[in-house]
Amino acid sequence: MKQELHTFTLTINGQTVDAAKGRTLLTVARENNIHIPTLCYHEKLRPLGSCRLCIVEVEGTPTPVSACTTPARPGMQVHTHTEFIENLRRETLKLIFLRHPLNCSACEINGYCQLQDLAHEYDISHVDLHSCGMKDLHFNSEPYCTPLITYHPRRCILCGRCAQACIEITEVGAINYKGRGAEAVIAPIKTSYTDPTKCVSCGECMAACPVHALTETMTPGKIKPWKTDRVRTTCTYCGCGCQIELNVMDNSVIGVTPADGGVNRGALCGKGRFGYGFINHTDRLTSPLIRTDGELKEVSWDTALDYIADQLVHILDTHGPDSIGGLSSARCTNEENYLFQKFMRSVIGTNNVDHCARL
Amino acid sequence: MAGLAAAFGSGAMTNSIDEIEDTDLILITGSNTSETHPIIGRMVKRAVERKRAKLIVVDPRKVVMVNFAHVWLRQRPGTDAAWINGLCHVIIKENLWDHEFVASRTEAFEDLRRHIQKYTPEYVEDITGIAADDIRKVARLYANALRAMILYTMGITQHTSGTDNVKALANLAMLCGNIGKEGTGVNPLRGQNNVQGACDMAALPDVLPGHQPITDERVLSTFQQGWSTGVRLSNKPGKTMTEMMSAAFRGDLRALYVMGENPRLSDANAGHVAKALQNLDLLIVQDIFLTETARLADVVLPAASFAEKDGTFTNTDRRVQRVRKGLDPSGNALADWEIICLLARHVCEKIHHNNAAATPTHHPPAMHISCGYWNYTSPEEVFDELAPLSHIYAGISYERIKKSGLQWPCTGRYHPGTPFMHKDVFKRGKGLFHPVDYIPPAEVPDEEYPFYLSTGRLRYHYHTGTMTRRSRGLDYICPEERIQINPEDGRRLDIKDGDLIRVTSRRGSVTGRALLTDRSAPGMVFMTFHFAEVPANVLTNDALDPVSKIPEFKVSAVAVEKVEEGAA
Repeated sequence: MKQELHTFTLTINGQTVDAAKGRTLLTVARENNIHIPTLCYHEKLRPLGSCRLCIVEVEGTPTPVSACTTPARPGMQVHTHTEFIENLRRETLKLIFLRHPLNCSACEINGYCQLQDLAHEYDISHVDLHSCGMKDLHFNSEPYCTPLITYHPRRCILCGRCAQACIEITEVGAINYKGRGAEAVIAPIKTSYTDPTKCVSCGECMAACPVHALTETMTPGKIKPWKTDRVRTTCTYCGCGCQIELNVMDNSVIGVTPADGGVNRGALCGKGRFGYGFINHTDRLTSPLIRTDGELKEVSWDTALDYIADQLVHILDTHGPDSIGGLSSARCTNEENYLFQKFMRSVIGTNNVDHCARL
Repeated sequence: MAGLAAAFGSGAMTNSIDEIEDTDLILITGSNTSETHPIIGRMVKRAVERKRAKLIVVDPRKVVMVNFAHVWLRQRPGTDAAWINGLCHVIIKENLWDHEFVASRTEAFEDLRRHIQKYTPEYVEDITGIAADDIRKVARLYANALRAMILYTMGITQHTSGTDNVKALANLAMLCGNIGKEGTGVNPLRGQNNVQGACDMAALPDVLPGHQPITDERVLSTFQQGWSTGVRLSNKPGKTMTEMMSAAFRGDLRALYVMGENPRLSDANAGHVAKALQNLDLLIVQDIFLTETARLADVVLPAASFAEKDGTFTNTDRRVQRVRKGLDPSGNALADWEIICLLARHVCEKIHHNNAAATPTHHPPAMHISCGYWNYTSPEEVFDELAPLSHIYAGISYERIKKSGLQWPCTGRYHPGTPFMHKDVFKRGKGLFHPVDYIPPAEVPDEEYPFYLSTGRLRYHYHTGTMTRRSRGLDYICPEERIQINPEDGRRLDIKDGDLIRVTSRRGSVTGRALLTDRSAPGMVFMTFHFAEVPANVLTNDALDPVSKIPEFKVSAVAVEKVEEGAA
């Protein structure tokens, strides 16, 4: 097997490491626990090579190369953290922070942000536009391709992960760069007047964004990631069975993110990602109801259950078990469906059990 | 499901979703995959765009997948058995079938060969409207593919001939040996999160958990012992949902316990369903919202949503996965499993009480001695009881599916689960060919009702919309029903985008706004059942498939007319 993969050796920072043909320098470094900073690199996407943070020096090449796009070759001598490279990275980061605000405490992903980590690592605390002689940036507030997501151009570092995710994960391609230089933005691709956007509101762009430049428009309140529990569960919509994480804060769901692994491989659709508002909706039933004088009135559990038991047993005695039916649910769990039919079959004594399998 | 069970011995997706990206040809029919199963839709697109699989779509609607298809056939609604038979005819005639597989793994091939003779491509063209040459082309593509996977959903099954349509697909797959291997099979994509699980757990009138027939005495006695119940379990198959509604309408059914369903919007001929529900002596509805059905109830019980309880769901490729509690239910709501246990205990107590009070002459002595065990403390305890009883789940436990799910059949503690079924032998032994005939839909357009009506879902909503319409973002994007009609028909009837139109069938009439789109074929109207304001199922026909008892949601005859603004 190993021979098939054509393994060879190269050196990174003087350390000899094994590499397989077809791997990039970044993957080889990561396999050997050598940390190279990245921003635009995303495991699920093809390397973009746009952020220039993963640059490394390779002996024999005149300029630094990006580790995420350079294939490893036998005998390469790579240096990842020379003073020269570190200074270049710091300058690159400063350029990003000319645009990206440094008011991290106002950001929903404060403490969980790759860019913030890099600012710490490279000791960037303050970058002033004026000191660089640049004029203030102004962005046109063009609506994003879906009303479910809000685009914050100032936060955007133009890494292009969102556009790539739209192509590679969703197979749609609804967004791309627009404009040039410091005023470039990510914007919807307009295809025609009748069909203005191809966007399917799946939110993969948002999920791919490393700096929270794309946010959920309808999120109920301010999110504090350090106060949020992530509970792994299975999506409640179609039969695909995507593995998701409920983001729960103060006993309410404030977001849904994909869980690793599972049939969905970290992807989600619009329903799965944005369709959680019903859970904490004010319309939720909170108490048993019994119809009295034509209206449904709130009662206690004991009253409701006693009432049902009385009525059911009465009907059972007078009309027999087959005069009672039960509709179970494809929305409920296996355990609940099992108990439901066990109740109908063993307590009521009828096989009148069905659910909406046919709908 | 009944169709697959008859052909192979098991009614579930034969293969796994994972295999979609790894096959040579995908045949999608009666499925708007990219909208109803977006994640599976993407896998198909990736298989086609990046891995060079061929995609054939057969659908009367120009669904999004058509844009990715190599061949798209637009058949007349309700003529599926005909085109599938046509494919089989060509494959047999041109000798493209898998002789070895048919000889060793199947039976009744000669019956099929004889039967299929009349389904020449020309004959099929007359019925379906698909050009004879296209039938030949697709037959050759399917038969010559190394591995071919069939994906279908309700577009195939929601017909009076639904079971036959599925049997025809099973014939096609067996004919080409496309079963029992990775990347092949006949795969119904289940529309709801746990519809597979609800079937496995026997929320059905004629089986016990694990798809074991209720008429089998051995099975009955196993469950009787397992549940330690005093009542003799009934071996008489019960009524399906649509039959229950009719019985309620007639007054034969007196009480109905509805858990997490909204039949008033989701069932065919909804007007009839509402009357039937009102006719009941006792209607108990257990739900998370006051649904349209719950508004008719005598008692409403507040339940917990999926985020508020523990348990398992079984997805479309038979994968049993965990559901975990993330938060507490709102108010006094309880998880469905807790409510059922409480109710069972109350009913049992009442029965005991009555039995004790009654003189022996009134009650047969052996009635309800014990109601079985209802003091479960957690869903895990329930699962541990159901797993061994249902065989196919026997090897699954919460511990084993902690990280990732297991696909049934999983019969022992060390059984790795089953990604694709029928590997060396079919569940029923040999695969059985079923000669099926094309039977026209129960209702076809005529002068009075000249349009076909088909119903289905949209990308942004789900079922009767009780959940998605209460999720702000989704309802914002897609706030109202848009009845899809072809621009050609729009011109003829002077209907423009957004005009109010009335759609009328023999059973009822609804008014909604039109959307002119070539997704609908000329002469065809498409509606969803997501919106209570425009309840499409008032129109649909409750004629049933004789075996599976599926109503014919996908074909009914309707008339369409423009309504003046304000007149509605």
